[in-house]
Amino acid sequence: MLNVKAIKETVNMIREENLDIRTVTMGISLYDCQSDDTGRLCDKIYDKITTSAGRLTSVTRELEKRYGIPIINSRVSVTPISFMAGGIHDTDDCVRIAKTLDRAADELGINFIGGYTALVQKGATDAAKVLVESIPEALASTGKVCSSVNVASTKAGINMDAVRAMGKIVKKTAYLTREQGSIGCAKLVVFANVPEDNPFMAGAFHGVGEPERVINVGVSGPGVVAAAIKRAGDCDLTAVAEVIKKTAFKITRVGQLIATEAAQLLDVPFGIVDLSLAPTPAVGDSVARILEEIGLERCGAYGTTAALAMLNDAVKKGGVMASSHVGGLSGAFIPVSEDEGMIAAASCGALTLEKLEAMTAVCSVGLDMIAIPGDTEADVISGIIADEMAIGVVNSKTTAVRVIPAYGCGVGDEVSFGGLLGTAPVMAVNNYSPAKFVSRGGRIPAPIQSLKN
Amino acid sequence: MKAVITVVGRDSIGIIAGVSAECAKYGVNINEITQSVLSDYFVMIMIVDIDGLVGDFSAFVDAMEAHGKSRSLEIHVMHENIFDVMHEI
Repeated sequence: MLNVKAIKETVNMIREENLDIRTVTMGISLYDCQSDDTGRLCDKIYDKITTSAGRLTSVTRELEKRYGIPIINSRVSVTPISFMAGGIHDTDDCVRIAKTLDRAADELGINFIGGYTALVQKGATDAAKVLVESIPEALASTGKVCSSVNVASTKAGINMDAVRAMGKIVKKTAYLTREQGSIGCAKLVVFANVPEDNPFMAGAFHGVGEPERVINVGVSGPGVVAAAIKRAGDCDLTAVAEVIKKTAFKITRVGQLIATEAAQLLDVPFGIVDLSLAPTPAVGDSVARILEEIGLERCGAYGTTAALAMLNDAVKKGGVMASSHVGGLSGAFIPVSEDEGMIAAASCGALTLEKLEAMTAVCSVGLDMIAIPGDTEADVISGIIADEMAIGVVNSKTTAVRVIPAYGCGVGDEVSFGGLLGTAPVMAVNNYSPAKFVSRGGRIPAPIQSLKN
Repeated sequence: MKAVITVVGRDSIGIIAGVSAECAKYGVNINEITQSVLSDYFVMIMIVDIDGLVGDFSAFVDAMEAHGKSRSLEIHVMHENIFDVMHEI
């Protein structure tokens, strides 16, 4: 039964508090595109993607209109390309596939396509090695392709050879895209325990256990949560957690509605709703401001990790009940350049890389969209990656690193990526060298799962 | 099936008449109106029945929004399902 109070609340969330559906992502399997001829492989990939997702943007526009809620992005994720490049021994051929994905994304009118991916947590196949090697060139010569590499898992440990390689790959990507603020690095994520049904970029790909096609939806709504906490006034943290839970429930229900309807209209199975608080650079759409609303002078102050842990947990508890299938990255995102409050906190020195690392132990994803000085050594970046992977592996959670060593920039500079990718203040890194540790290579063994302390 | 029409803007004569006429044109029956004027600011929530809708829902949404623009009003139309899922367990 419709009542005026509920109508007002929903309308207010959408019009005033930036509630939106962040992404409707179609996962598409490319297994049937296998070919030993690169040209033929590219043609089949292009046809499969454009045929499968041909109606994706028109369906999301229709749903946007029906429910009056903005659907910000329509996207596609595909089978990790390293699985498709079995017969390919040349990076140029891999880049050709990347360009094919980019062309398909243009044809569909979507803003990103994910799946230029390799899973190398235990070791790399020849194809995965070639694909990883090709990432800088692939990201520099395309606009919409997103890349991810899983280098660690709780069951396999940390592949330090891959960690060492990724430090160099990140640096090279930054250099090749130096004219655009090293934007290539904004489309490259290094993961531990990567989820295979994540609808969010840059880490989305269509995992090995997924159906032929699937619809996954990522919700948003940091502004709604911040406003609800503000309305709750001077209550204790038990009450704050309750407010967050109830709000997350409502946000996720909208995601579930859009996901099931999109799946039905496209005649594709519904996969998961990703229960995420995904910020944007817009004022009133910030996860950092939620933490400040809870009671911190600035995001990054002592207490930030505890507040974020509570926020993340409450979002999951509220969201899980609202959706029939939950997956992806589910939790609060803390990408610095994409969050107005994080940008402000990093700019004034309240938020440091070390604090962000601590925060990643209790929330979704990891060190995300952080600009660091362009002259940061590849070994230091590998060290940053190794630390973040260790947090994920030991705590059985997803963690990731998406840092941008902004070419030609130093601490205090700002790098602008445009749109939802936002603006990042270049943050200081600890430049003491981990070179010997990183160059040892090999694998850090999988951690013991008992004797927890 | 129902939809919710929200109308917000500076008060003037004939706002309800204009919105109602658009509804009638599309075969949309008005079930309930909640309306107030605060400091010259007009706010209305209309619950309407769209079972007899002429044409598709998107066209009706476009027509209402266009009508809003022509009268400097912010008019939004939303299908009832979004309210139901959000507020009912």
